[in-house]
Amino acid sequence: MIILEMDKISQEFGGLRALDNVSLKINEQEIFGIIGPNGAGKTTLFNIITGIYVPIEGDLLFKGQRINGTAPYDIARMGIARTFQNIRLFDKLSVLDNVRIGCHGVTHSGFWASVLGLPISRKEEVFILDRAEKLLQLIGLYEKRYEYANNLAYGEQRRLEIARALALEPSLVLLDEPGAGMNPQEKEELMKLIRQIRDDLHLTIVLVEHDMNLVMNICERIAVLNYGRKIADGTPAKVKNDPQVIQSYLGAGA
Amino acid sequence: MFWEQLINGLTLGSSYALIALGYTMVYGIVQLINFAHGEIYMFGAFAGLFLVLSGVNVFIALLGAMVFCMLLGMLVERIAYRPLRGKSSRLSALISAIGVSIFLSTLMALYRGTNTTRYPEIIGNSTFSVGSIQISSLQVIILLVSALLMVGLQLLIQKTRIGKAMRACSQDLEASSLMGINVNRVISATFAIGSALAAAGGMMVGIYYNAVWPYMGTMAGLKAFAAAVLGGIGSVPGAMIGGLSLGVMEIMGVAYLSSSYKDAIAFAILILVLFIRPQGIMGQKISKKV
Amino acid sequence: MDAFIAQYIDAYYLRIMIFIGINIIMALGLNLITGVTGQLSMGHAGFMSLGAYTAAIISLHYDAPFFLAILAGAAMAASFGFIIGIPTLRLDGDDLAMVTIGFAEIIRVFFLNFEPGGKAVGLSGIPQYTDFATVWLIVIVVIILNAKLLYSRVGRSLFAIRENEIAAQSCGINTTRMKILAFTVGSFLGGLGGGLYAHYMYYINPQDFGFMKSIEILNMVVLGGMGSIPGTVLGAVILTLAPEMLRIVAEYRLLFYGGMLVILMIFRPNGLLGDVRIYDLKKRWGKKR
Repeated sequence: MIILEMDKISQEFGGLRALDNVSLKINEQEIFGIIGPNGAGKTTLFNIITGIYVPIEGDLLFKGQRINGTAPYDIARMGIARTFQNIRLFDKLSVLDNVRIGCHGVTHSGFWASVLGLPISRKEEVFILDRAEKLLQLIGLYEKRYEYANNLAYGEQRRLEIARALALEPSLVLLDEPGAGMNPQEKEELMKLIRQIRDDLHLTIVLVEHDMNLVMNICERIAVLNYGRKIADGTPAKVKNDPQVIQSYLGAGA
Repeated sequence: MFWEQLINGLTLGSSYALIALGYTMVYGIVQLINFAHGEIYMFGAFAGLFLVLSGVNVFIALLGAMVFCMLLGMLVERIAYRPLRGKSSRLSALISAIGVSIFLSTLMALYRGTNTTRYPEIIGNSTFSVGSIQISSLQVIILLVSALLMVGLQLLIQKTRIGKAMRACSQDLEASSLMGINVNRVISATFAIGSALAAAGGMMVGIYYNAVWPYMGTMAGLKAFAAAVLGGIGSVPGAMIGGLSLGVMEIMGVAYLSSSYKDAIAFAILILVLFIRPQGIMGQKISKKV
Repeated sequence: MDAFIAQYIDAYYLRIMIFIGINIIMALGLNLITGVTGQLSMGHAGFMSLGAYTAAIISLHYDAPFFLAILAGAAMAASFGFIIGIPTLRLDGDDLAMVTIGFAEIIRVFFLNFEPGGKAVGLSGIPQYTDFATVWLIVIVVIILNAKLLYSRVGRSLFAIRENEIAAQSCGINTTRMKILAFTVGSFLGGLGGGLYAHYMYYINPQDFGFMKSIEILNMVVLGGMGSIPGTVLGAVILTLAPEMLRIVAEYRLLFYGGMLVILMIFRPNGLLGDVRIYDLKKRWGKKR
């Protein structure tokens, strides 16, 4: 089953072609990697999938439904969650609140229910707290749940972003350089975590990453972008041996 | 009638532009709405007045007022803004600026009382006509001085070392400091230049309307800020154009619509423009980096 | 009730307490917009004046019950907040500040020319319905509802917008809608305070609601600590008391007020209670022992 399909997506910024005719199909419950040199358009691709940019050409289909031009919060509610390359946590809120806010998309109590403390709001609060605490236990930040998010170490912040994304009960999670700034041991744990959430929560995961070792290790399929174009895709083994990839990206000695 | 109103509008607008430049330059570098800027303008008007009263030539007095406000602007930055920089939200700096603004206007009110002081007759205000249009010599002088100052500012920003440093800082403060630019010095210079321009504006408005008073900076400051936003905050040419067009539109509005809504016109125009073109007339659309 | 209280409290202090209460209500409204949601509004006095004039005119001309008059005033302010909010909240940061200043000025100039409001002379003879008990009852209700809001799903989403708008959207928060909600509720409280103010002062005039009034309310929010309810209350108390305490320095009062703002911001840049949390205090206490 294909969960996300990009059909000839193009995007421009001030005349500069950031993405050129990119087509991708991502299967349900796979771990899919997107690699490519800096400026290849990887993050732009994420921003298009999450509705921050509307592509100038092409179609974007999520579970068969066209989602071009859908507002970012609606896309989130449809079940696409993400993390950010340059970490975007709610810095001056507690770790727990960060994850609780992540539950926004799957809860419904509105202004009056909140202000008047109606039963629906109280019931949801119990649900939200429970969910947030479970997620924090999963990523190992439960002990630090009352700390401010910006007091966490770098690697912890990246993991917190993952927990916040998972709070949305997504079916597709986009991870933008989840391993950036982590040491080898942390990366090892991260890979385990990514596999674990895919297996336990039955999610599809797409990740952008620079660390080849990480990508080759956990991704089942990979797409390579270069200057906004997709130059290859397939299994890690296939991509690794693709002459065009070796020439334009991995370079000599890789 | 129309052309005379246009000249009136440009004269008023050039003073808005001179104040707006200070707002926009400071904002461009430290993203602070310097609410004390209107009070610097008021101090400029008074400094000029005192110098003129003590018998100094009016142009020397203008220079004197500019130098005085330059120092005042640097002092305010040193005391009220620099200690806050980097360790607080922009809003605390804003409140600090408001504190300075209240402090300075009260200081002048205590010293001079809250009443209006008239400027002595210093420039023989003869009017002459070009075709059927009446222009006063004072208007010519104000427009000339403003034009001179703005050209000077452009040269300073484009050609000098400090100007280059200022442009670099307005692009990226942190990167500039890594490149070896003394950021504190640049910010200080920005305040100095902006304050000097405001002082010139203040003194010329004082002479033109023949009145100075301690609270003259509040409304002028607000409108100049509106002019800066109108032109696209952070943009130097934008502040000039914003100031001039706001002055013209305000005078035209008073002349052809209603004088009782004078103070609302500037803001109404600004709001309309922002809704249609949120980045202002000259501002560049910055797409948010994600 | 007030006659009872007046036996024990001097009329002067009672008056100050009433002003403190009114300021708390308005500051909590602005706190919701600026402190919690992070949308810098510098025109809160505009909403205050809408509430004040609407309530006063209803009381004067229609002889309506007090609570109806002030509710109408608050509703008027809220609907303006809603209408203004829709186009305005697309703007961010300091453009928004400028537009709110502009709206407040336009409203002020409008009342300067508004026949039923007595133009520049203002309205007088407004019945003095506002008393200590009413104000503080409303203060307590507003604080409780405000706290309930902030510790709920909706409240957290407002904080999220302040902290990072793009991340908030990625969590499924319709940021525009939430901002308009904060703006409308905040304006409602501004208008409520205005109605109470009008019914305490006998007399209102457009100059009561100028730029400086907006700034005064903003100061309370920032000084107390952005987004914090106890902080905003403390800010309102201090800044209402300050001019009274500073009476000893007579005409130098505003000089001290201005200087105090600068000094407080230098030493407490996040506001008095802005970064104080019971959790941190507990932790620090725990370590000391």
